Amino acid sequence: MEYLFIIIGAIFVNNVVLAQFLGICPFLGVSSKVSTSLGMGAAVLFVMTIASIVVFLIQNYILVPLGIEYMQTIVFILVIAALVQMVEIMLKKVSPALYQALGIFLPLITTNCAVLGVALLQVQKGYSLGESVVYSASTALGFALALVLFAGLRERLELNDVPKAFQGTAIALITAGIMAMAFMGFSGIV
Amino acid sequence: MSKLSLITKGILKENPTFVLLLGMCPTLGTTTSAINGMSMGVATMAVLILSNMTISMIKNLIPDKVRIPAFIVVIASFVTVVELLMQAYLPALYETLGVFIPLIVVNCIILGRAEAFASKNSIGDSALDGIGIGLGFTLSLTTIGAIREILGNGSIFGWQFASEGMPMIFIFAPGAFIVLGYLLVLFNKVTAKNK
Amino acid sequence: MKSSFKNMTIVMFCITLICSAAVGGVYLLTKERIEQAATIKFQKALSVVLPAFDTVSQESVDVNGEMITINTATLEGRTVGYAVSSNAGGFGGTIDMVVGFDADGKVVGVNILKHSETPGLGSLIANEGNILVNQFVGKNPAEMTLKVRKDGGSIDALTGATITSRAYINGIEKAFNAYLRKTTGATAEGYTGATTVNATDKAEKGEENE
Repeated sequence: MEYLFIIIGAIFVNNVVLAQFLGICPFLGVSSKVSTSLGMGAAVLFVMTIASIVVFLIQNYILVPLGIEYMQTIVFILVIAALVQMVEIMLKKVSPALYQALGIFLPLITTNCAVLGVALLQVQKGYSLGESVVYSASTALGFALALVLFAGLRERLELNDVPKAFQGTAIALITAGIMAMAFMGFSGIV
Repeated sequence: MSKLSLITKGILKENPTFVLLLGMCPTLGTTTSAINGMSMGVATMAVLILSNMTISMIKNLIPDKVRIPAFIVVIASFVTVVELLMQAYLPALYETLGVFIPLIVVNCIILGRAEAFASKNSIGDSALDGIGIGLGFTLSLTTIGAIREILGNGSIFGWQFASEGMPMIFIFAPGAFIVLGYLLVLFNKVTAKNK
Repeated sequence: MKSSFKNMTIVMFCITLICSAAVGGVYLLTKERIEQAATIKFQKALSVVLPAFDTVSQESVDVNGEMITINTATLEGRTVGYAVSSNAGGFGGTIDMVVGFDADGKVVGVNILKHSETPGLGSLIANEGNILVNQFVGKNPAEMTLKVRKDGGSIDALTGATITSRAYINGIEKAFNAYLRKTTGATAEGYTGATTVNATDKAEKGEENE
């Protein structure tokens, strides 16, 4: 039951992009096509889930015993950067097909603040290992959901006659605002 | 480029929020009021100036291949220092800005300036660049925060002028997207006219 | 500069070393100050939620496996009240609060130490004299149905912040259970029933993710 709350909360109610404002850059940057946004969503799901396990272990077995929790930010960002590199190298060797699909998105993930943000939030919320993994995976799914829906909207927008000053990011942001309003409707369900 | 233009370019011509579209997460996430937006801007500016100067100082010592990791370590250290200082001296503000303080690390503005400017220019110029871009960022965040606070809460910098009936949606997530979207429209209109 | 394995390793090692040393230094310098800031905040909270007192003594009690801190306040040797440090999962994260009871179990005041609720709605819980705290002050929680009206209780929620209000009430209930454990020595069973307490715990866990 608790896991269900975490899942629904992370995907719909506290959607990482539309309610928590994390990962806005890829949200605006890689959302012009549904197919690319699916790739990005999958890559984020992959990295975020692994990162959540690694970060949990580091936090509880290295930082806390040593009493250096204040080094959190530095350690986490380095771990995430190294992890992304490792995932990239391993994927290339183990599954070239998957690498082809996700490869170009992986370098972009290091600077995706959603990954670091979720790592910091899972520690702040004091989740157990299981809860952390479920939380991170659900957050990533929420990210993918928002990204794919948004890409669908933007594909339609392409065909419309948008006033000049509104073109590009401006209309994208306003669209995202309306989407965020729709997502606010979920806040009653949990 | 003159020294003065190093500072002024960040405010309009290379405004990080409206022109370069960088650092969107804190821009949207922390601008629930003018004062919050301004504080986030100032915190980011502090990290930006310090990291710009340090990176300019050590730019000739770093091998090319580890450039980015080295920059990240430097930036993350300054972020942690700012985080600790805020916790000690401005605890209330630290709590309001929450997770967005450590997230200054992944603010593309800072790594972007390190890579594009500080790694090629002198310490003094890098500091000025940090001040300029930082001011531009602070100004944008304060503006967005002020608009959201006025529309959503009927107050400005904490001074209440209307207590009820304000559309609270502007304080919530959708308001952030919509206010920034319309500000961009305005910015596009103005710059298009000047061309 | 050209990269070789040797200079890359040396440079990264030195940068990391210097940076960690610098951060460690700042940590040591600010540590005392950070702790002080927390203590001052807590002292202020105590003065809000307790009747006049001269000394406090601190202890922990076990409520359903969670250790809760209770500060017993005395005035000239006589116990005048208890301040309980409680917490609950709100809309944006954990809400930390101090709930004060007088010697008879009536709520004296509630002070929010930390929260991340929506500004303008849920954040109102941190204001003095908000509608939630006003419904508790001077009353004994045992005589109330600790639920918002929407859930069949007797408490009016903050406008547009039902989840925050639920968390607030859960926090007070947790504090009250700790108070009962402290004063009667018994578990909360005699008053609200152990099942209620468990249900509360579950609800809190769930709401942490809303």
